[in-house]
Amino acid sequence: MDLTWSPAEEAFRAEARGWLEANVPRGLPSGDTREGFTAHLEWERKLFADRWAVVSWPERYGGRDASLWEWLIFEEEYYRAGAPQRVTQNGIFLLAPTVFEFGTAEQQDEILPRMAAAEQLWGQGWSEPGAGSDLAAISSRADKVDGGWRINGQKTWTTRGAFCTHLFGLFRTDPEASRHAGLTYLLVPLDTPGVTVRGFGRLDGDEGFAEVFFDDVVVPDSAVLGGVGQGWSVAMATTGSERGLTLRSPGRFLAAAERLRRLAVERAGSLTASARDGVVEAHLRAEAYQLFTLAQVTDLVEGRTPGAESSLNKLYWSELDIALHETALELLGPEAELDGPWSRGHMFSLSGPIYAGTNEIQRSIVAERLLGLPRR
Amino acid sequence: MRFAPTAQQVELATAVRELLADACPPETVRAAWGSEGEKARVDLWRQLADLGLLGAVLPEADGGLGLTEVDLVPLMVEVGRAAVPLPVAETVAVLVPLLAGRPGDGDDLTGLVTGNLVGTAELAGSGVLPWAGCSDRALVRSGSELRLVDLTGVPLELVTTVDGSRAAARTPQLPGTLLSTDPADLERAWLRGALATAAQLVGLVHRQLDLAVAHAAARKQFGVPIGSQQAVKHMLADVLLDVRFALPVVQRAAVSLAAGAPEARAHVAAAKAMASRAADRAARTTIQAHGAIGYTVEYDLHLYVKRAWALADTWGSETHSRAVVADSLGLPPAVDPSVLPWEAAR
Ligand SMILES: Cc1cc2nc3c(=O)[nH]c(=O)nc-3n(C[C@H](O)[C@H](O)[C@H](O)COP(=O)(O)OP(=O)(O)OC[C@H]3O[C@@H](n4cnc5c(N)ncnc54)[C@H](O)[C@@H]3O)c2cc1C
Repeated sequence: MDLTWSPAEEAFRAEARGWLEANVPRGLPSGDTREGFTAHLEWERKLFADRWAVVSWPERYGGRDASLWEWLIFEEEYYRAGAPQRVTQNGIFLLAPTVFEFGTAEQQDEILPRMAAAEQLWGQGWSEPGAGSDLAAISSRADKVDGGWRINGQKTWTTRGAFCTHLFGLFRTDPEASRHAGLTYLLVPLDTPGVTVRGFGRLDGDEGFAEVFFDDVVVPDSAVLGGVGQGWSVAMATTGSERGLTLRSPGRFLAAAERLRRLAVERAGSLTASARDGVVEAHLRAEAYQLFTLAQVTDLVEGRTPGAESSLNKLYWSELDIALHETALELLGPEAELDGPWSRGHMFSLSGPIYAGTNEIQRSIVAERLLGLPRR
Repeated sequence: MRFAPTAQQVELATAVRELLADACPPETVRAAWGSEGEKARVDLWRQLADLGLLGAVLPEADGGLGLTEVDLVPLMVEVGRAAVPLPVAETVAVLVPLLAGRPGDGDDLTGLVTGNLVGTAELAGSGVLPWAGCSDRALVRSGSELRLVDLTGVPLELVTTVDGSRAAARTPQLPGTLLSTDPADLERAWLRGALATAAQLVGLVHRQLDLAVAHAAARKQFGVPIGSQQAVKHMLADVLLDVRFALPVVQRAAVSLAAGAPEARAHVAAAKAMASRAADRAARTTIQAHGAIGYTVEYDLHLYVKRAWALADTWGSETHSRAVVADSLGLPPAVDPSVLPWEAAR
């Protein structure tokens, strides 16, 4: 048990902190609005220019070859400095691990540097009106044509789809095969003829969602990621990133718990016993999540893969986030109804148990794969 | 950075686990509920001594294993998993480290580490001394002084406890010899006891969960195992969630305590708060997952549930522990929410 950082890691932290303190933009609007998104792109490009956009990636793609530990440190510093949630996250945290694992050399060279530079903005096209938790029920299809695939169907709930340039998604390429076997992972530029994107408002009113319609959209064979008919296993290989530590690193919750603590100190006059305990709870859980992650990264570094454990991460961070925001609203009292970071954060926290696989689905995974309870 | 037990720590914990699987099965815990369990207790204590566990924190030069608080955590998890009906944590984690290296207390120390003596401890000043009925020595607090009491010959008023193996006694002021007037000694002893208790709670949760999972897989209703029902799955998933996130907090507390870090106080409190909550919820949930059989004393679950209840509220309850954390966060005191806005004092 060693909880200390090496001098090199401390130096990395100091460098990150210095850069972030000097550069983090103040008062950015939400990245899920049109105006906000543009402002966020400027921030993303600044991160990229100084090689802070994707620290753990190889240098040739704009990264720093940082270790997993250094990545965690960067995330801690990023949120500590008050920097915003990344509008590029669905590309850099969800698609990129898949491209690193399954992409051809051409795909990697084509996609990764542009994604890091926030030139290509990727949305996740998995869900459909008829396929949410039951992802394998998707019906959007891609039919083989000479040199490529012709796509028809619809995706929905695509985060920031209205502002993205590209979409990675699952499509049914073999309607005869069993549910999971007939799927293929395809990469689609959203300016391809036949694609229609319609943005619409989320609970918080921002245009953060989109539906994407495909009407005889033709993509080349090179749009296939990881092999025809392999879509399900390619997608599942990286759900761990989505549920676990890459999408939601502990730094984010540590920073939020600290903001909550400061709010409680500022609002001493409305600090009831229950709000006070809520602050303690947020702090305890954020630290527990951090420590759990340190153990998990130790395992990863030593070659033990977390597997279904990422469902534990997902349950924990999503529920901690809600509790934390509920305490903030309690502290704000009558001001809780004002539009602001806490009320927005509260609304967003309520989506945590829905996206990345609902918490009901995660609890079933924990029960079946970690506890070994029988399936039905 | 490497936040995982070492191979050696895992090996030692496995040895203790295997020993306890044999030496402290549920029958032994159950036997300790009645006087017929005395012999079993004595045998078990001897085996723990033979394994070297009782003096494990002594330096190797003094016949110990040179273990720190960090090494003790996985061992105390095992002690909890088996619900050992003896003050292992009190002796190993509190008394032995305190007595070690103190001239003049050598006989007691030797007695404890060789298994000739059993030592318990109670520092909250509750007036109830757990394990009194099976102990020879007790570490107690009088004001801010630490005192060691020789229990032989002291008339004890044994009390009935929910966990019938606790052998607790009501103790007004006990005499005893002065060990220390240094508040730092007192605080360290307290933190060690709280940490060892938190670790045992982690083990107790795992034991309850194992019983519930095995039962849910075997018991059928409506023609299917009850554990294939989502409601049962989800409640047990929550037990795992609580305990998997409590353990790293317990481990960190050990690291801080072993390093003598100033955060140790808050970190131990965090550990105890998380472990106590996990244990309380596990008890409630695993009883529910069992149905009526979980509500009997014939089935083993209650042995572990009742120990968990006892430990959850000793060495710092959840509420106390959370208050310590609140203090470390610099939170102002809570206001009285019952007054109307214009009545608030300020
Ligand atoms: C903020 C946000 C962003 C999102 N971004 C994207 C994105 O970028 N790309 C994308 O593809 N998708 C995205 N999604 C969609 C998300 O993946 C789905 O919402 C999710 O998979 C659940 O599907 P659903 O909404 O159809 O709900 P349903 O599957 O219809 O579920 C509704 C309710 O029923 C429960 N339920 C369903 N099946 C079971 C079961 N077997 N056992 C127990 N309970 C069950 C669920 O837990 C849930 O409570 C996003 C969602 C949100 C909220």
